[in-house]
Amino acid sequence: MSGVAPTTPPELLGSRRSSILGRLRPSGLIVAALSTLVVFGVIGWVIVHSPGWPRVQQSFFSAEHFDASLPSILNALWKNIQLFLMAELLILLGALGLAVMRSLPGPVFFPFRLSAVVYVDLFRGVPSILVIYLLGYGVPGLRLPGVTGDPFVWGLVALVLVWSAYVAEVYRAGIEAIHPSQEAAARSLGLSRVQGLRYVVLPQAVRRVIPPLLNDFIGLQKDTALVSFIGVIEVFRRTQIEAGGSFNFTPYLVCGLIFLLLTIPMARLVDWLAARDRRRYLAGLAR
Amino acid sequence: MTLASTAEPQALHIEGLHKSFGTLEVLRGVDLTVAEHEVVCLIGASGSGKSTLLRCVNLLEEIDAGRIWIQGTEITAPGVNVDHVRRRIGIVFQAFNLFPHMSVMRNVTLAPRKVLRLPEAEAGAHATELLERFGLADKRDEYPDRLSGGQQQRAAIVRALAMKPDLLLLDEITAALDPELVAEVLDVIRELAAEGMTLLIATHEMGFARDVADRICFLDEGVILEQGPPAIVLKEPREPRTQRFLQRIIRAGRL
Repeated sequence: MSGVAPTTPPELLGSRRSSILGRLRPSGLIVAALSTLVVFGVIGWVIVHSPGWPRVQQSFFSAEHFDASLPSILNALWKNIQLFLMAELLILLGALGLAVMRSLPGPVFFPFRLSAVVYVDLFRGVPSILVIYLLGYGVPGLRLPGVTGDPFVWGLVALVLVWSAYVAEVYRAGIEAIHPSQEAAARSLGLSRVQGLRYVVLPQAVRRVIPPLLNDFIGLQKDTALVSFIGVIEVFRRTQIEAGGSFNFTPYLVCGLIFLLLTIPMARLVDWLAARDRRRYLAGLAR
Repeated sequence: MTLASTAEPQALHIEGLHKSFGTLEVLRGVDLTVAEHEVVCLIGASGSGKSTLLRCVNLLEEIDAGRIWIQGTEITAPGVNVDHVRRRIGIVFQAFNLFPHMSVMRNVTLAPRKVLRLPEAEAGAHATELLERFGLADKRDEYPDRLSGGQQQRAAIVRALAMKPDLLLLDEITAALDPELVAEVLDVIRELAAEGMTLLIATHEMGFARDVADRICFLDEGVILEQGPPAIVLKEPREPRTQRFLQRIIRAGRL
């Protein structure tokens, strides 16, 4: 039939799920724009015509307080960035070790598997803030000679412990997704179990789990705010100080925007990677 | 009698091999000897244990009972380093099992580099030689998913040959291929057989088995029921079960 594409190109199939606009015709686009305008217009109108709006506007959306608090809050951001960059590196390695421990076969390795399972259950099962409190206040409280009491260090350790448990599970899913025939092929060539894991299984597993891994890192980036509770002056703590000093809540708006600026690019990267994988998968099927 | 003590050891010698998966007894006492430079084809219905037998020889499956010798050395003895054993035995799988994240060249050179610790240049030169011989020179930098099934299987054969094995096991290597791609792979095997490579081949390609095999073994319900030269086993089988199997094959137009 003329005018009708015989098959849907893979790019479109790939984007149907990941794009919120979906496959819209121009007329559909107009309807979408109008309905969006109406829905959000009504919500906005209700808010700005509520009796308390002027007070709320002054407390949360003050341009003056925004400008005043932005530089110092932005300055404190460096601590969060340091925290999550160091944490991410340590987590990538620690979680990989945990996942490998858990996938070791045979009765000899039972203690390793058991430790890995207990570890993941433990640290995935308790709230991050609890671990941060225990380490941040508990360890310095022991007054061990030569052991630092720096809350930044213990906050970092706590985040690494907690998030390694999550990321280890992501890795494990990736390792288990690689068909056993790949390991059989590696072993049949004389590669040892460790070599097979290192050169054949892990490179494929890690590639598969990059999107869910980055997704966990978004969670980690937000969790860096929790170390404020043991006295690290980072973005959230600085925000509280600014808000407390001025009796105005606008700094929290600033803080929220800063976290969004950190996490949204990461979220888009995850979407893009997932869409790319899907395109590649479909292209592979087409061949 | 064991052949372990004879003057000229056999390439492969198996005695009383048993293997079960749970309650399913797949191999129930297989005895088999393959001489140096001999080509032996295993035939039999699906589920008769052909693949399991090959995987046991390569120690990819743990055996329940029995003993296996390679060139007079028992590989099933306690304390044997399985990685060392596998270096000497190549296996090619039905589903190729190439490493999808590596180029053909990397697939072929991985084991020589990491297991034999050959320098990159030496492993590369040997791989290039093999790839050229089997018509894959222009595919050396391609990834497996860019190759046809026949090319993938030839690359998998080259990967096994790169370890210079004493014995090559072929597990239904044409079963996953489109019919028009079967010939190019079988030609490679014919060439290897002509060169004197010791081959143990599980196959459904009866015509190929007739051409290439020195001996055919009919595997039935976990034992080798009948064996002999192709002309005897395929033309005038002694056992009624072999006869019935071959009749089914002939009705299917595969012989």
